[in-house]
Amino acid sequence: MAELLFRTWEALTRRIDNFLFGCALALVGVGLVTLFSATDQSVTRVTTQLFSFGFALVLMWLVANIPPQTIARAAVPLYVLGILLLVGVAFFGVVVNGSRRWLNLGFARIQPSELMKIALPLMLAWYFQKFEGRINWKDFAVAAVLIVIPVYLIKRQPDLGTALLIGASGCYVLYLAGLSWKVIVGLAGLAAATGPYVWAHLHDYQRERILTFIDPTRDPLGTGYHSTQASIAIGSGGVIGKGWLNGTQTHLDFLPERHTDFIFAVFGEEFGLIGNGLLLVLYLLLIGRALVITANASTLFARLMAGAVTLMFFTYAFVNMGMVSGLLPVVGVPLPLVSYGGTALVSLFIGLGILMSVQAHRKLITT
Amino acid sequence: MMRRRLFSSRGNGYGGGRRFGSPEMRNPERELFLFQRRLAVAGVLVLLAFCGLFARFVYLQMFQHEHYSTLAESNRIAIVPIVPNRGVITDRNGIVLAQSYSAYTLELTPARIANLEATIDALAEIVDVQPRDRRRFKKLLEESKNFETLPLRTRLSDEEVARFAVNRYRFPGVEIKARLFRQYPYGEIASHVVGYIGRINEHDVERIAKWEAGPNYKGSDYMGKVGVELSYERELHGTTGWEEVEVDAAGRAVRTLSRTPPASGNNLRLSLDIKLQEAAEAAFGDRRGAMVAIDPTTGDILAFISKPGFDPNLFVDGIDSVSWAALNESPDKPMLNRPLRGSYPPGSTIKPYLALAALTSGKRNPQQSTFDPGFYQLPGSSYRFRDDKPGGHGTVDMYKSIVVSCDTYYYTLAGETDIDDTARFLAQLGFGHETGVDIEGELTGTLPSRDWKRRRFADKQYREEHRKWYLGDSISAGIGQGYNSFTPMQQALAIATIANNGVAFVPHLVKSVVNLKSGEERLIAPQPSHTIAAKAEDIAVIRNALVGVNKEGTGAKAFLGAKYVSGGKTGTAQVYSLKGEKYSASKIDERLRDHAWFVAYAPADKPRIAVAVLVENGGFGADAAAPIARKVFDYYLLGVTEPGPAPAHLPGTKETEDESD
Repeated sequence: MAELLFRTWEALTRRIDNFLFGCALALVGVGLVTLFSATDQSVTRVTTQLFSFGFALVLMWLVANIPPQTIARAAVPLYVLGILLLVGVAFFGVVVNGSRRWLNLGFARIQPSELMKIALPLMLAWYFQKFEGRINWKDFAVAAVLIVIPVYLIKRQPDLGTALLIGASGCYVLYLAGLSWKVIVGLAGLAAATGPYVWAHLHDYQRERILTFIDPTRDPLGTGYHSTQASIAIGSGGVIGKGWLNGTQTHLDFLPERHTDFIFAVFGEEFGLIGNGLLLVLYLLLIGRALVITANASTLFARLMAGAVTLMFFTYAFVNMGMVSGLLPVVGVPLPLVSYGGTALVSLFIGLGILMSVQAHRKLITT
Repeated sequence: MMRRRLFSSRGNGYGGGRRFGSPEMRNPERELFLFQRRLAVAGVLVLLAFCGLFARFVYLQMFQHEHYSTLAESNRIAIVPIVPNRGVITDRNGIVLAQSYSAYTLELTPARIANLEATIDALAEIVDVQPRDRRRFKKLLEESKNFETLPLRTRLSDEEVARFAVNRYRFPGVEIKARLFRQYPYGEIASHVVGYIGRINEHDVERIAKWEAGPNYKGSDYMGKVGVELSYERELHGTTGWEEVEVDAAGRAVRTLSRTPPASGNNLRLSLDIKLQEAAEAAFGDRRGAMVAIDPTTGDILAFISKPGFDPNLFVDGIDSVSWAALNESPDKPMLNRPLRGSYPPGSTIKPYLALAALTSGKRNPQQSTFDPGFYQLPGSSYRFRDDKPGGHGTVDMYKSIVVSCDTYYYTLAGETDIDDTARFLAQLGFGHETGVDIEGELTGTLPSRDWKRRRFADKQYREEHRKWYLGDSISAGIGQGYNSFTPMQQALAIATIANNGVAFVPHLVKSVVNLKSGEERLIAPQPSHTIAAKAEDIAVIRNALVGVNKEGTGAKAFLGAKYVSGGKTGTAQVYSLKGEKYSASKIDERLRDHAWFVAYAPADKPRIAVAVLVENGGFGADAAAPIARKVFDYYLLGVTEPGPAPAHLPGTKETEDESD
């Protein structure tokens, strides 16, 4: 009996990377603890998040058990579906808060840009793998087009933050695929040069956000409010923090979106610099492990996919903490594995599943 | 397995093909190395980025910790003022003239309401909203700042409060508040004394800033506007208490951290006797005018009448524009505080004081007589200063000059007296400067002198001959006309000072300030302010003559049958210069008729009350003003409410031209 149980457990956890999973679990744990405080001890919210977590675990397990080449097959259909849905949003989308980001399918509302977060790197990894060994500048040009289409569509919604993040995920693939440093430096220079032009074409609210980012006191009750209150929360936390459930900024409603995008401010207020440092270490461990997995991946597709997932994970963590602590402008990015929200949690665990799949299916290939 | 191999073979099958950027590299090992190097670069960047974040956290949580802690505290803690109870105003016998009560008000925050009109219409279905309320609200709206909360209705009934509570969800930006209100039970009676409170406006904010009382007015929406409500504002207001509360981002109080209770304002005990005030106002009927009654031995103002008055209750929750216009534009000027701000020529009421000045300076003795042919001529001039009695009073000594109010006697005296000496003497009685009464807005009146005339006509438009003092000016001033102009308050103080044998008090409407908590009572101006420079026996001469006026002179008719002995003096203040014509009340527009004065005190031997009565356009003082003084004395000294004959108050009903005032 014990033998059977052990074997079943063995079979179930065979593809699970313990280190990666341990880090993820710790982060989710931090998230739940902080969420409890951020929602004024709402058991409902914590339970909901736990259910999402359970569902995400199942998906992670499934994805971890799918070999990378099978995942690769889904690349083109997913990408095409994503683009179609984005076009659909442009024509039939539902307007919420002045942005057309949602598509009403009758039974559910979906946000196709979420799908694109995985579909785009998948598509690019598939593409580079297809032409592996003979990748030339034309392939990078094609890849650039594959990036620009969804980025443009999402930017039009308008959702500049997501567009930039998705563009970044594409660029990571290009970088890892070996895009020449000269081109990278050249593009960076071009971006800097076209800055003023882009500024001229930004929406007022986008400009406002950037200006407010530069000086949050510009509009402390308007767009600068989030940033100002988050900085106050983190700063007032000090080295050791105010203690769990004791954050005044949190519990007196001064922090907006404190269980979702701004949950880090709650964490920073209640657990202080020590907590923040530990959180950074957790993320670093997770990302470091993911980089190791990526480095050891056997196929180009696996490398590119794993690399993109890893760097995106880092990007979300960095952008979120940077935005909450006032280093970056406010964009709608949740803190990976910590922020409340089922969709993000599920996407992240799918990403972890991909990494585990890459790791688990490595040996068979290298030998 | 199959698939995996397939995948791996495809994955590892390197075709020829040029590599972008580095065509010579085809070796998988080399490729993996290059890939790993790129990954390592990315890894270093990740590490650097996290170091950047950590540096930011160190900056925020160590170096800026104190700064942000302060911000968090000020976020968290709000100081909520607790408005103190305003002191109660009572009359000298403890009868309440102004009190505060708490009531529910329906308040709107216009900044939070999209369609104000529609909201008010909808509210009108739930609570009673009169056109008057709408007008008043509109006026408040025009005067208010953006984020202020303004009352639409006050004094909601319990039923209205309940009905609104049920419908509350329909009205964002509308709320019910409990506020302290002010009520004036006597309404129009003594309205100019008590005054009223109103919403604090910009002008008031300046006033508060001048007192350096800004913090004490946090949370206060109302303050005194006129009368003792204003002049004793700082006594009545009390000390604002504070509550330190923890608030959430929406400003809702979560819990109280500490509390400093407010201290109620002090109560005021007026020197006014409200029953006497009522009797006096009743005696005035619907005539315009002023009266001030003073207790000569203390300076207590016993009655202070300004007719017509106004209802101060109208002002408490903001007066609506129609009522305001009615008050403000009325030709009867109900808002004018006549005892303080009405300045009228004293006419013959000045004569006893000039006589006293002459006695003091030695220019006259009581027995010295002047012959009165009915007019006075300056040496070398043909112009005749006319006496009121066409044939003259014959031989007139000082007693007679006051009793019959002989003009010629005083023309002659004025011709021999330097105007500056006169001014100096009269100033001691309170003329020409503020009496110092304890409510605001007092006029100084005009006490003419050379210096005064020079200043009065100092402007460039006047020439030197305008500024020069002429003997003719002195002659007019000698019977209280010319440039002379006094307020009823000054007149009352002067007669009270005479009645008190020259010992003057600063007149005061407030007897004492009572601290509710300690029970301590502080008297206002309990000590005499000064004694006039006149000998007691000279004052006795004047007082004897004043008694004569009411016994056998111009005041005799009004005081016929009085159960006490009184002293008084009539006076008529010309509104319209007749230039030698005979005055006929019936021929002149009512508003151009003379003002009637009467100053008096009683009982004659030990005066307890002194009054100055002015009836605007009342004609002769003896007819219009003296009967009012009689009624007031009868009430005050005897407790009689319906004394003597009704005053003949309808000018034009009889010819008075052959009567001297």
